[in-house]
Amino acid sequence: MKSLPPPLVSATNKAPTGIAGFDEITGGGLPRGRTTLLVGGPGSGKTILALQFLAHGARDCAEPGIFVAFEESSQRIVANAESFGWKLATLQKKKLFFLDAQPPPDLVQSGDFDLSGMLAALDAQIKTMGARRIVFDALDVVLALLPDPARRRQEIYRLHAWLLSRELTGIITAKAGGDDDSTAIQQPFGFMQFMVDCAVILNHSVAQGVSHRNLRVQKYRGSSFDENESPFLIGTSGLVVDAAHARLRVDAKVSNERVSSGVERLDTMLGGGYYRGASILITGFSGTAKTTLSGAFAEAACRRGERTLFVSFDSDRNEVIRNLASVGIRLDPYLDNGCLHMVSARSIAGSEETYLVRIKTLAKEHDARCVVIDPVSTWYKSGDDLTAQSVADRLIDWSKGDGITLVCTSLLDEMSNRTENGSPLQISALADTWIHLNYLMQAGERNRGLSIVKSRGTAHSNQVRELILSDTGVTLTDTYTAGGEVLMGTLRWEKERAERVAAEAAEANAKLKRVKLDAEEAELEVRLKSLQTELVAKQVEKALLVRSTQSHEGELSRGRTQMKELRGADATIAGGKEDSP
Amino acid sequence: MNRRSHFKFHLYVAGDAPNSAQAIANLASFCRTHLAERYEIEIVDVFREPKRALAEGIFMTPTLIALTPPPVRRIVGTLSHTQTVLLSLGLVGLAE
Repeated sequence: MKSLPPPLVSATNKAPTGIAGFDEITGGGLPRGRTTLLVGGPGSGKTILALQFLAHGARDCAEPGIFVAFEESSQRIVANAESFGWKLATLQKKKLFFLDAQPPPDLVQSGDFDLSGMLAALDAQIKTMGARRIVFDALDVVLALLPDPARRRQEIYRLHAWLLSRELTGIITAKAGGDDDSTAIQQPFGFMQFMVDCAVILNHSVAQGVSHRNLRVQKYRGSSFDENESPFLIGTSGLVVDAAHARLRVDAKVSNERVSSGVERLDTMLGGGYYRGASILITGFSGTAKTTLSGAFAEAACRRGERTLFVSFDSDRNEVIRNLASVGIRLDPYLDNGCLHMVSARSIAGSEETYLVRIKTLAKEHDARCVVIDPVSTWYKSGDDLTAQSVADRLIDWSKGDGITLVCTSLLDEMSNRTENGSPLQISALADTWIHLNYLMQAGERNRGLSIVKSRGTAHSNQVRELILSDTGVTLTDTYTAGGEVLMGTLRWEKERAERVAAEAAEANAKLKRVKLDAEEAELEVRLKSLQTELVAKQVEKALLVRSTQSHEGELSRGRTQMKELRGADATIAGGKEDSP
Repeated sequence: MNRRSHFKFHLYVAGDAPNSAQAIANLASFCRTHLAERYEIEIVDVFREPKRALAEGIFMTPTLIALTPPPVRRIVGTLSHTQTVLLSLGLVGLAE
């Protein structure tokens, strides 16, 4: 309180915690040289977070740290943290100091006391090792020994002033009240929340038998931060916080590249395949070949040499591989060469947030470009709708941000009859492409139908196709619509056969007709020829007739002239008289 | 408890903080009253000897360590409750 803090904390004035996601939420870490209060119920992860902060500082930031343990002994803390692989034992020599400050159980108290002794001792230690970070774990334990709230408050002031004057980046952890997590933080800590520069609340709740962990930055003086609750989990290397929306990320790159769905005709239906980086949802009842379709996608991705993560919630990985092999989708070679990573998520227990964070971690570890989650609807079971929704949001957000092509399948409950009006996780609204698979019961058989409900940015076929699984692979065929009904399976086959027969008959008919016509044509031609011949004959006859008539007339006139000459008559008069009767 | 036991005390104090001063005064008067001539007090200022405080595990001041007679006992606070101190040092019954 002696030094007035500068108004704004820039990223360089923040001490990174090394906790994935947490530094994103806080825009770089905890306020350097200030005090952060960490409040949470039992088992909420306070100690781990604080320890990870120290370990990161000591190992990666050249900031040695001191851990003041009021509750657990340092040996136990170090032993418990062993599994995270922070190598505390090696750090402990020079860069990390544990101070066991647990009040002894047989402590006799007579009258008032304060923490000056500890602070003086710490001063000496800080000088020796040049410590920059300090954690007071479970301060409430020691404060409980003080007689009244005023004295507790006084000690907190003392501690806070000391931290500020030494310019240490400090974390004070304290328990939240057990009964009512949200507000009932014990009195002195309520006051502490006002005093410190940064306060983080850790929550650990159980909903429907599933554990949920989340943390929330309650305040952060002089800095913007993500104010929402962010789920986290305690993973194999410490805390992993799932930052809701990567605050530092610009808009995801949009790709026009198409990637094959693994089924040739489906690619055609989609105008070339899925978009790279798109989110694809495949819904359907159980047994509608959702897994097969996603397996085909995974195989196609691996064939292109893209690293792929296949998360199966239904079955063990070997079962998936065997089942897919039966329809000609062979994944084992890609598993062998490391291109494909298959995880059976049945082994991951926990909330949907846990699943999400695990999947993200796995995908990052595998450097995956394509991710298959089969089926995503499992998450719905393990939490409430609201969380599931936010997880779905984040899943899509994450895959888009990282340019990962994501294929999710979602099981529809046959009983509830929710056919096409929304998949449980509401991914349908967010997904870029939604493929719906269903059964058609007809003539005593079930056949699989595939239709594309939507596909953003793609002119896609609006037809229902029949999905046919054979030992050589997956293919789609056209279906027949007859009288408003779609025909599939044997009905389609019958229909096809009927059409084939009809076509053959029509062809034969046509042939016959052509022959007949040919004959008629030939006959007509013959008749035409004979008529022509007849015509010529008639013409000749007619010409002859004309000629003979002319010569006859000539004969006559010549005869008359001769006769006149013979009679010696006057030609003109004689002629005139001749004509009168 | 041997009536003739010799008491050796280390009193860790934080400079001239009021509660430390009070503890010094309380201890002195206590010893005069109950342990006449068989006590020895060393006052350790944690600000002057922080390493010693660290090594000794002194985190709250004032802290009184009664080294002899064994066992070693610690009493935290201003030592204003005489009865508690007597109990802790095993002197109950001798006080009358």
